[in-house]
Amino acid sequence: MTLTTARTSFPSPYDLHAPDAAEGWKALYPYNLVFQDNLKDVENDKFWFCDSQHWPNVFKPFETIGVEFAVKCLGQYNTRHYLIPPANGIEFRIHNGYCYMSPVAVAPEDIAARVAPFTERAGHYFANWDTLLEQWHGKVLGTIRDLESISFPALPDVVPLEDITSGRGLDPTFDLLASYDRLIQDCYRNWQYHFEFLNLGYVAYLDFFGFCQEVFPGIPDLAVAKMVQGVDSVLFRPDDELKKLAGLAVTLDLVGAFVPDAGADAILAALAATPRGDEWIAAWEAAKDPWFNFTSGNGFYASDEYWIDNLSLPMGYVVDYVERAARGEELRRPVADLITERDRITGEYAELLDPAVREAFEGKLGLARQVYPYVEDHNFYIEHWTMGVFWRKARELSHMLFDAGFWNRPDDMFYLTREEVRQALFDLSTGWGVGAKAIGPSYWPQEIERRRAIVEALESERPQPVLNTPPAVITEPFTVMLYGITTEQVARWLGADEEDGDGIRGMAASPGVVEGLARVITGADQLHDIQQGEILVAPVTAPSWGPIFGKISAIVTDIGGMMSHAAIVCREYGLPAVTGTGSASTRITTGMRLRVDGANGTVTILDGE
Amino acid sequence: MTAYTFAFDSTDEPLHDRLGGKCTSLVKMTAAGSPVPPGFAVTTLAFDAVLGAGLRAHIAEQLAGLDTQDTVDVARRAAVIRTLIMEQQVPDDVRHATIASYEALMATCGGEVAVAVRSSATAEDLPDASFAGQQDTYLWVTGLTDVLHKIRECWASLYTDRAISYRAANDISDDGLSMAVGVQKMVNARTSGVAMTIDPSNGDRSKIVVDASWGLGELVVSGEVTPDNFVIDKVMLSVVRRTISDKAEELVVDGVAGLLRRTVDAERRTTPCLSDDELAAVARLAKAAERYYGSPQDIEWALDADLPAGANVVLLQSRPETVWSQRAATPAAAPGFGIDSIARSLLAQIGTR
Repeated sequence: MTLTTARTSFPSPYDLHAPDAAEGWKALYPYNLVFQDNLKDVENDKFWFCDSQHWPNVFKPFETIGVEFAVKCLGQYNTRHYLIPPANGIEFRIHNGYCYMSPVAVAPEDIAARVAPFTERAGHYFANWDTLLEQWHGKVLGTIRDLESISFPALPDVVPLEDITSGRGLDPTFDLLASYDRLIQDCYRNWQYHFEFLNLGYVAYLDFFGFCQEVFPGIPDLAVAKMVQGVDSVLFRPDDELKKLAGLAVTLDLVGAFVPDAGADAILAALAATPRGDEWIAAWEAAKDPWFNFTSGNGFYASDEYWIDNLSLPMGYVVDYVERAARGEELRRPVADLITERDRITGEYAELLDPAVREAFEGKLGLARQVYPYVEDHNFYIEHWTMGVFWRKARELSHMLFDAGFWNRPDDMFYLTREEVRQALFDLSTGWGVGAKAIGPSYWPQEIERRRAIVEALESERPQPVLNTPPAVITEPFTVMLYGITTEQVARWLGADEEDGDGIRGMAASPGVVEGLARVITGADQLHDIQQGEILVAPVTAPSWGPIFGKISAIVTDIGGMMSHAAIVCREYGLPAVTGTGSASTRITTGMRLRVDGANGTVTILDGE
Repeated sequence: MTAYTFAFDSTDEPLHDRLGGKCTSLVKMTAAGSPVPPGFAVTTLAFDAVLGAGLRAHIAEQLAGLDTQDTVDVARRAAVIRTLIMEQQVPDDVRHATIASYEALMATCGGEVAVAVRSSATAEDLPDASFAGQQDTYLWVTGLTDVLHKIRECWASLYTDRAISYRAANDISDDGLSMAVGVQKMVNARTSGVAMTIDPSNGDRSKIVVDASWGLGELVVSGEVTPDNFVIDKVMLSVVRRTISDKAEELVVDGVAGLLRRTVDAERRTTPCLSDDELAAVARLAKAAERYYGSPQDIEWALDADLPAGANVVLLQSRPETVWSQRAATPAAAPGFGIDSIARSLLAQIGTR
């Protein structure tokens, strides 16, 4: 590949305008989240990358809560809790409806002073990891239970008599606003907890990773990932539960009840009428809590579907598994093989080292392995379970306001920012309190239509991956490990305009070579199109797509580093994967014949069809 | 019965002073399951029987009073000795054993095939082959008559000018001087080369370094062609670095004519001469040799065009790597682990990623 023109930077957000039909889009989002005109010079000095891994779609105004809570809390642990010496947090903005990030470095003269507090604070967590983590589980589950207790009933015609006789002196709108504040605060609380361990987990991983690069120059990233990664994460329990249920169906001789596309209700009814079907139903019910708190999305969008709210989703996967189990197919992940391979790799590298160096290798590896489970497991508790409850309650509120005439469609609340929702609640409360009509029903419906059109217009264009000039060095651990933004990745973007022939490069995320037909997917709703043996190509994947991993032969994604969920999941499923290709999902079309080499990070289009 | 020959796939214990370094290694690697082309050794006992007491005495006479500074005289005496060896009658039992082994080898190969005939010395007796001045490897030898002739030539190479001078200068006595000769099926090499299970540029033991070019490996070993170079991670068998060179010439097997040295066509000159799968197979071969011997190895290998893809890599030689393996390991300072070392490595990351 020859570069005819070498690019050194990318467009400025100030020069990248939204489609005409999206005019006025900036007003949809909080003022601090958009690029301000009077800050042009400051903002143009920074390099911004689009996080289409977590936020592949345009934000509805309410949905900024996800990026605001997540990325702000990520930053605070680097900047204010543990004082990671070379790295503060990540700034974020919304541009043309998509999310852009910029890592904040620590001024060189300030770095040395952070070492001592870092040593004390991070040292405390590393030294007491297991105890603190057990405590964490209690805190997180406590918040989830509190969230589950929230409700948004419609306002009654009169204050309940018991509130009068008890001398309460407060009305139901007081409780309504308190419930809303609790909804938002509980969400904020668990996002704070989300990062309590994650940043340190990445630090320990990067420490081991850097050490390996020193003692084994040129060691493949994949080798380090395989040495550290566990083989059983809480993230795979939901899929493993479905497989167990499928096995149970075969054992109990219930295969006939599992009719494709029948839906959960019909199948459960059929089972109730079949001998021993009730045993299966009991097992199904037991699996729901907590394992059906699982989304086929990623937890950041109000429209994400959760198994527990859409039982036909998990039931559909069970039907597929039952069919395969009945054929005698092995459903379980190759856990034993993964362990054998991990031990082989670790042992062979360790053998190459002098005893003193080997001791450090084993010490650092030991810490990385101790902290690593959190890197995967937390995702289930926060993104899946917590956000599942959060969105369910939020939809409940949206429906209550819909019933009160505030908008045209039940889920339209998400076209308001969370501050506007609070204002709308007070509008509702005022109308109720004074005995007049709230203003909302005559204000919001047309405003929401205006906003809906803007969001659709923004969605008509995919985001530019990178803005402004990339730096020589990136030190913030997440930027490197999760997003895969390395110097090499930047170079790939810079060269992306040049035709690489029929070749696409990305992270060598999970080894194996396969050839097959491409299936390009841009959302979870298209998963059912996938045919056996196809190669899944997507902007980003979600761990909850696990149940279809048994059908596909490889995965290719646009964005994601070694520690992205797609990479982690593929390694544990033994599926070849190339992540972080930049634009594979737009260069490849469904039906193209591909060759994917997961150990070398290449994807070749074999024919132009 | 005296063992005048020894098949590479024999299960008997190979003795270094009967088979010499090269043949001993080939027997051991065959026993270890490596893909070694079939062949046999004509042992040192055969050489001893050929020379016999009489010829040895005659050679000693020729060498008496040798002045190594008088190169003309050394050359004259060496030529006389070599002629004596070339014309010496081979005892019947040695001859019969050699012919029987040759015919058994042809049968194994499904009919008459060309062979390579190579000296296999016990190391102390000969200087490095590159100084010999006379070939100690004969490629593409066909037919019994020619094979027997080349075996004699290998025996005679013990008495090149250089070899004689070397032994004289190093006080190596001719008493008991002997040599084995290897006879091995020729490989129809599409690609060949060498591989080391240690990076020769820096002693990094986590790497396998492969040099490869088109045709037979002789041009790579002699340095007459610039080979493709691959640095491979030994554990993952993934490519860390690859350098594809302009491979201008190749030595190939050309059916009837035997060996042919020719320029490489333009397209293939800069095409990699190994696919990634083939490269991994070479790396696995080198790794197995290292594991067998328990120390870094320097191997010669080839891709045999007559074997099926996926099973076409053969091992031609394995010998110990000598440069880095013999260096006294400098004890490394203990780097430590724990929070202080983590803090240090975080600071070191600035400017390196």
